[in-house]
Amino acid sequence: MVPTILVLSIVVFVIIQLPPGDWLTSYVAGMRAAGDEVSPERIDILRERYGFDQPMHVKYFKWITGIFRGDFGFSFSWNKPVGELIWSRMGLTLLVSISTLIFTWIVSFAIGLYSATHQYSIGDYLATFIGFIGLATPNFMLALILMYLSFEFFGYSISGLFSYEYANAPWSIAKLIDLLKHLWIPIIVSGTAGTAGLIRILRANLLDELGKPYVVTAKTKGVSNLKILFKYPVRIALIPFISTVGWTFASLISGSVITAIVLNLPTAGPMLLQALKTQDMYLAGSFIFFLSILTVIGTLVSDILLAIVDPRIRYK
Amino acid sequence: MEEKKAVVNGELLEDEEIYMSSQWELVWKRFKKHRLAMIAVGVLAVIYILSIFCGFFSPYDPHNYDKGYMNAPPQRARFFDEGEFNLRPFVYGYQSTRDPETFRETFTIDKSKKYPIYFFYRGDTYKFLGFFETDIHLFGVKEGKIFLMGADPMGRDLFSRILYGARISTSIGFVGVFLSFTLGITLGGISGYYGGWIDMLIQRTIEFLKSIPDIPLWMGLGAALPSDWGVIQVYFAITLILSLKGWTGMAREVRSKFMSLKEEDFVMSAELIGASKFRIILHHMLPSFLSHIIASLSLAIPRMILGETSLSFLGLGIRPPAISWGSLLQSAQKVRVISMAPWLLLPGIFVIITVLAFNFLGDGLRDAADPYS
Repeated sequence: MVPTILVLSIVVFVIIQLPPGDWLTSYVAGMRAAGDEVSPERIDILRERYGFDQPMHVKYFKWITGIFRGDFGFSFSWNKPVGELIWSRMGLTLLVSISTLIFTWIVSFAIGLYSATHQYSIGDYLATFIGFIGLATPNFMLALILMYLSFEFFGYSISGLFSYEYANAPWSIAKLIDLLKHLWIPIIVSGTAGTAGLIRILRANLLDELGKPYVVTAKTKGVSNLKILFKYPVRIALIPFISTVGWTFASLISGSVITAIVLNLPTAGPMLLQALKTQDMYLAGSFIFFLSILTVIGTLVSDILLAIVDPRIRYK
Repeated sequence: MEEKKAVVNGELLEDEEIYMSSQWELVWKRFKKHRLAMIAVGVLAVIYILSIFCGFFSPYDPHNYDKGYMNAPPQRARFFDEGEFNLRPFVYGYQSTRDPETFRETFTIDKSKKYPIYFFYRGDTYKFLGFFETDIHLFGVKEGKIFLMGADPMGRDLFSRILYGARISTSIGFVGVFLSFTLGITLGGISGYYGGWIDMLIQRTIEFLKSIPDIPLWMGLGAALPSDWGVIQVYFAITLILSLKGWTGMAREVRSKFMSLKEEDFVMSAELIGASKFRIILHHMLPSFLSHIIASLSLAIPRMILGETSLSFLGLGIRPPAISWGSLLQSAQKVRVISMAPWLLLPGIFVIITVLAFNFLGDGLRDAADPYS
C-alpha cells in the first residue's frame, strides 16, 4: 500500500505539471485581459517566491516532504495554504460517499432479495428496468433532471448541502438537520448506478444459490422458507457486497465529484474543477491525491472485511 | 440443449443441425433468442446510420445560427391544419414576444404561418462522408425555420447539432475500445502466457491504475490538454485518456482465459506437433475466447461514451467548434436555463438510449458467447 501511494503521488504530480505554462502564466494572462500590465520584474519576483523556476524533481521533493509535515503547498488563486481549504471539503466528500454507500447497500439488498425471490414477477421486471436506466444515465444528467423537476414542481432549487443561513455557521443540531434535508439528493444521484449494479449481482448470485440441492434438501425437511433464505443463500450471496466495496467506493468517490459540480456541493468536486481550470496545481494535486488515497483505503478495507466474512479466504 | 428428436428419413433435424453448426452459428442462434439484444441492434443501427450520414439527415449546418430564434421551442411536423389534411407535412411558424420587464423572448405557435416541408431539399452545403460537397438534405423548409428539437441559446438547430454530436460521441467509444482492446489483449496475453516477473509487473501496473478514481484522473488529464490543439488532436487525446484505464479490465480477462487454456489438451497437442507460440495463441487459443472478448467489448463502449460525455460536460473534453453530446449538454448546466428550455436536455436522452442499447447488446452477447454451456 505504501509503494502504491508513493507512485500515486508521483503520477499525480506529473499530471498536475503537464499543462504548458503554470498558474503564473494564466494569472498574468488574466491580468492582461483585465487591462492590467504586470511588470517583468514582478513576474520574476513571484516566480522565485513560489518556486516556479525550479526543476520538476525539486518541486516534487518539496511537495512530498511538505505533505509529511502536514503542509500541502499553497493555493495561489485562494491565497491560502491548501491544508486550510481541503479538509472541510474532503470531510464532506467522505460523508456523502459513505452515506451513499450505505444507501446503496440497503436499497440494493432489499430490491435484489425481492427480485430473486419473485423472479419474473412484475416487481422483478420493474427493478431490472429501473436498474438498467440507472446504469445508463450519467450522474450529472440525473442531477440535472432532479433539479429541473424540483424547480418546476416545488419551485425551489435543490443545490448545495446547506441552506443559505447555515452555510458558514458553526456546527449545531439545526445545521445537522439542515444537512440531512439536503443530503438525500446527492445520495440518490451518485448512488443509483452502483445500486443498479449491485442489484443485478445479488439477484444472479441468489438465484444460483436458491437452485442448489442443499436448499431443496432443507425445503423437503420442512424448514420454513424465510429461514432457508436467510440462514444460507443470503449469506453467500452477500459476499459480492463486501468484495466489491472497494471499487463501489472508488466509483462513488469518482462519481460524487461530477455530481457535486452540478449540484454545487461544498465538497471536493467544484473546487477541484476550478483549481484545474486556473492551474492552481497544489490545490488540484492535493485533491486528486487524497481522492486516490481514499480509493486505496477503500480497497484495503474491503480486503480485510472479506477475510473476516468469508472463511475460505482466511484459510488459504 | 434442445430436446432430442428422432431422425426421420435421414433428414437433418434440429438436433443434428446443432452438432454440425460452427461456433459462430451457435452464437448467432443463441443471440437471436435474446429479444432485447435484437432490439438494441436495431436501435444502434439507426443511431450509427444517423451519425454517419449526419449531414444528410440534419436540415441545417450545425454552426448556422440565427439570433432571432434563441431558445426557440421544438416544432412538430404536422399533417393536419385545423382538421384539414395536407399530403405534404408542414410546421407552424413562431410568434415571438418579448417580456417588457425581463427582456426574455418567448415563442408561441403562430397558426397563420405555415411552412411546408420539402424532401431532398437543397440547403446548407456540407461534405458528404467527408469527401464530396453537396447541399441535399433529407428535409428542410424554404421559408421560416424547422426546429424539430428546438433551438439552443444561440439559435442553432438542436436536431442538427445532436446528429453531428452523435458522430463524435458514438465513434469515440469505438476508437477508445479499439485501443483498450489492442493494449488489453497484448498485455493480458503476455501476462497470462509467460507468467513470472513480467506477469507480476503488468498485474501491479493494473492494480495501480485501478486505484486512481476515474473522474479526477480524467479531469486532471483533460485539463492538461493544451488549449491551442485542434479538433482532431483533442479527439484522439480524449480517446487515449479514456482508454488509459479501460484496457485493465480487458487485460485481466484475457490473462485468466490464457491461464486456464494453457492447461487444455488441445494446446498441449499443438505444442507437441511443433506449432510456434505465436500460432498457438492466434489460431488455437484466441478463437476459443474471442466471443467473450467481444461481449466485454460491447460492455466497455458505453463506459467510454459516458466518460466522454462527462468530460465534455465539464468543459474538459471535446471543445467547440467540435460538437459532442457532452458539449451540447454544457449549455444546460443551470436550472434556470433548463426550466426555460428543457429540450436542451435532449442530447442526454440520446446518451441514455445509446448506452442502454449497448448494455442490452452486451448482455445478449455475453449470454450467447459460450454456446456450448
